[in-house]
Amino acid sequence: MKVTVDEVKCCGAGQCVLIAPEVFDQRDDDGIVILLESEPGEDQYSLVREAAAVCPALAIEIAE
Amino acid sequence: MGAAAGGLAVAEALRRKDYRGRLIVVGAERHPPYDRPPLSKQVLAGVWEGERTHLRSQDDLAKLGVEFLLGDPATGLDATAREVRTASGRVLRAQTVVLATGLAALRLPGQDDLTGVHVLRTLDDALALRRNLTAIDRLVVVGEGVLGAEIAATARGMGLDVTLAGLGHTVMADQLGDLVGRTLTLLHADRGVRLRLGIAAQALTGADGRVTGVRLASGEWLPAEAVVVAVGSRPDLGWLDGSGLALGDGVECDSHCRAAEGVYAVGDMASWHHEGLGRRLRLENRTNAVEQAQIVAANILGENRPYVPIPYFWTDQYDVKIQVHGVPTRDAQVDVIEGAPEESRFVARYSVGGQVTGVLGWNMAKAARLHRQNLIGTFTSA
Repeated sequence: MKVTVDEVKCCGAGQCVLIAPEVFDQRDDDGIVILLESEPGEDQYSLVREAAAVCPALAIEIAE
Repeated sequence: MGAAAGGLAVAEALRRKDYRGRLIVVGAERHPPYDRPPLSKQVLAGVWEGERTHLRSQDDLAKLGVEFLLGDPATGLDATAREVRTASGRVLRAQTVVLATGLAALRLPGQDDLTGVHVLRTLDDALALRRNLTAIDRLVVVGEGVLGAEIAATARGMGLDVTLAGLGHTVMADQLGDLVGRTLTLLHADRGVRLRLGIAAQALTGADGRVTGVRLASGEWLPAEAVVVAVGSRPDLGWLDGSGLALGDGVECDSHCRAAEGVYAVGDMASWHHEGLGRRLRLENRTNAVEQAQIVAANILGENRPYVPIPYFWTDQYDVKIQVHGVPTRDAQVDVIEGAPEESRFVARYSVGGQVTGVLGWNMAKAARLHRQNLIGTFTSA
């Protein structure tokens, strides 16, 4: 799995960090997403898929 | 039923969970599923073309294996038979019916007889308003809620002369209370929006079928070349008359978002029992539609999960990004716990009876999200 994030689309909701904190974080100043792990381990797959599904700004792309 | 964020998310979640049966998504509009939050911002400002709001590419939609029946509004439901009727005369029967037809915008008396008066609910509404705004100088927005405030901000950004009128004494006070309401009111005033708050709009005035302004209860007349009516919306329940479902402030569901055997509701129109809060809740925001869809998909497949979210929404006005976790209410005590409104950077905490009910970040998204953990107790069932 390869994860990419679009910082321009990101609205800073932080939903991804709540669901998959090992893969996503937020910048302190504006809350924009930080990708911690662009090729997460298999144990993270379902969490990352859920994070991408609920992202209100559609800022998370997954290639599998 | 419903082809916006909620309906699409149910279909996608079912496929993700390996449901391989037939799926039909029926939508009133001719557009493929699109995203509404950008309508009052990027689309209205002209930064995005309409197509950019589409939630998925044609390819992705094709891969889902879903039959989309678009441009065909639902007209009736028999909940017991799980039979749906549509405007074009279709009759669809299913094992499970998901209701996700959203909201309809409220209108002012006489507005449909005047050109230049707009509501903003659909992509077509946004594009029509955009076309109108590029041709005029003076706009009046009626309604000081989140939609009216965002439209006023976007229109100011386009260089228009904007007046924001509404019943509330400060901008968004109904949703966010007076402290944030005052801060938002100052923000709009600072950016050059003329504010007429705490006064009812009494009538639209027109000449030759075209709007000329808004008459306020105070007697003042606000001249306008276009008027946006953003006085709220109601769940689109008309087509569910006679369905056998309980209809109150939305489609009444149990804590599992079930309205009847094999019938679920999702998104803006769903009123469900939040087990953590111990009361009924109905939320009008984008995040809720998609999160609720995950639970509904799980329950359709027999997982039996209650829906107990900590609600979340955001609004962008000018360069200010506001994040709201929980359910802030007018009656809550509001404390600034980080930053300061004067610095245009703060976190506000809402509490009722000693319980934290909401956290709001004003240009402090991450800090607000970290304080969200103080809401978990309030929103989790004992």
